[in-house]
Amino acid sequence: MTRILDIGGLGRLVRSGSKVAVPTDYSGVSMAMTWQMLRDGCDGLHLVCVPAGGMHADLLIGAGRVATIETSAVTLGEAGGAPCFMRAVSEGSVRILDATCPAVHAGLIAAQKGVPFLPIRGLIGSDVLANRPDWRVIDNPFAEDDDPIVVIPAIVPDVAIFHAPAADRAGNVWIGRRRELATMAYAARRTLVTVERIEDGDLLATEMSAAGVLPSLYVDAIAVAPRGAAPYPLWGEYAGDPGEIARYARAARTPEGFRDYLAAACAEAVPA
Amino acid sequence: MTAAAMTTPRVAPRERLIATIARLLDGCRHVAVGASSPMPAAGAMLLRAMRADDDAPMRISILGSVAHNFFTNGGVELFDCAAQGRIDAFFLGGGQIDGAGNINLVGAGGYPDSRVRWPGSFGSAFLAYVVPRIILFREEHSRRVFVDKVDFISAPGTSPPGVFRTGGPQALLTGLAQFAFDRAAGRFRLVSIHPGHTLADIRDATGFTFDHDAMPAVTPDPDAHTLGLLRGCVLDELAETYPEFARGLRAEIDALS
Repeated sequence: MTRILDIGGLGRLVRSGSKVAVPTDYSGVSMAMTWQMLRDGCDGLHLVCVPAGGMHADLLIGAGRVATIETSAVTLGEAGGAPCFMRAVSEGSVRILDATCPAVHAGLIAAQKGVPFLPIRGLIGSDVLANRPDWRVIDNPFAEDDDPIVVIPAIVPDVAIFHAPAADRAGNVWIGRRRELATMAYAARRTLVTVERIEDGDLLATEMSAAGVLPSLYVDAIAVAPRGAAPYPLWGEYAGDPGEIARYARAARTPEGFRDYLAAACAEAVPA
Repeated sequence: MTAAAMTTPRVAPRERLIATIARLLDGCRHVAVGASSPMPAAGAMLLRAMRADDDAPMRISILGSVAHNFFTNGGVELFDCAAQGRIDAFFLGGGQIDGAGNINLVGAGGYPDSRVRWPGSFGSAFLAYVVPRIILFREEHSRRVFVDKVDFISAPGTSPPGVFRTGGPQALLTGLAQFAFDRAAGRFRLVSIHPGHTLADIRDATGFTFDHDAMPAVTPDPDAHTLGLLRGCVLDELAETYPEFARGLRAEIDALS
């Protein structure tokens, strides 16, 4: 059964040291849970960005909550580089597992299928591969000639966290065509979702809505968090606030500026 | 000044780059561009406008866009689509690009604790292998960017025989010049220099050696019809997805007159 909690209850389900999967900036980032995790104090996280990180990853890194980040990139988009990420990687205070977008997807899809790895093309001869001893190159067992191919081990997050427009009371979540959110949920041991609203109807009742639903089978708990993706956009609901992301980018250029921004934003983000 | 030169409309440098991108994409059926890549998107939109009357219109997929994105299978679909050979062209940049076509989107000065860290490789370590026409695009043309050897290879320019590779760099376009990439030789050849610059300028600003003719060509300006499309429907379309960029380009054009 999917539990319906408040944001505080959802936050308590994230333990220190967890492997946490989060989506990319345009796909349904739960900034509401990011603020909650920052307030709660869980640390030592292994953050898996699906497939790239943004302000959410940068905030958690800046606050010292991330031990390892596995990602194809971290960026603030048009606002430029992610200051805390760049600082932490240069200082060596966070362990970086550089990936490439389809490799992150491949690792999650392997977990979704319950298989140990998934092969993908590309990567051979790159320093991305050279720095990932956990990835392997095997001989394609079906090829007549030599055909080396990279295999990506399954990524099994302890918890997947994202934001979506709506859920019903049974815990079915509307994800539309953002299928990577489903992949994250299939792969993870536990999935926590914040939503704009909980609807009275059954999202599985019609084929039209059911096609865009992540069934409650994969959803452990949900909490309502209006504008829970902001300042990131939420598809079909609201646009992003690039001005706020730029303001963050400027503030986080120095550790002091970051601390001030974080303190003010955390206080503001406490739900009434 | 000749009569022909007098009737040629004046062109902003970015308009010339956009028209060059459209030429580099000629023949493509499906072009994908990254989320924050207004110049490549503009070039693709211009080519689509130029071919509006063709039987087979060109598809453009802009990552992260809702309006210019027909994918329905999540973030992985672009990469699956590319792996199937369904994407003809993609644009990659880099903090560093070297003379062998290697690109570095990760960082300069050591790894993993790079002195300067950039966002990361994104999809380059995959797409550069499977998209037939990779166009390397970087407006800044300096020795900081165009180095002899990259500090980190996000994606190599070429691969040895036996490594699966259906794609790779085909061209390099910068604010100063256009190059072609010779995959057999693993080297760039200067195709043309943008008006107002010289071969010596290019050499001074490039940290790697490249092949060139004794008298390299000048990058042609777009003709009046192409400029009309660019300043009309393309700029309008661009403003929907990249409002800031479109405003800036419009101001650049207005400043010409």
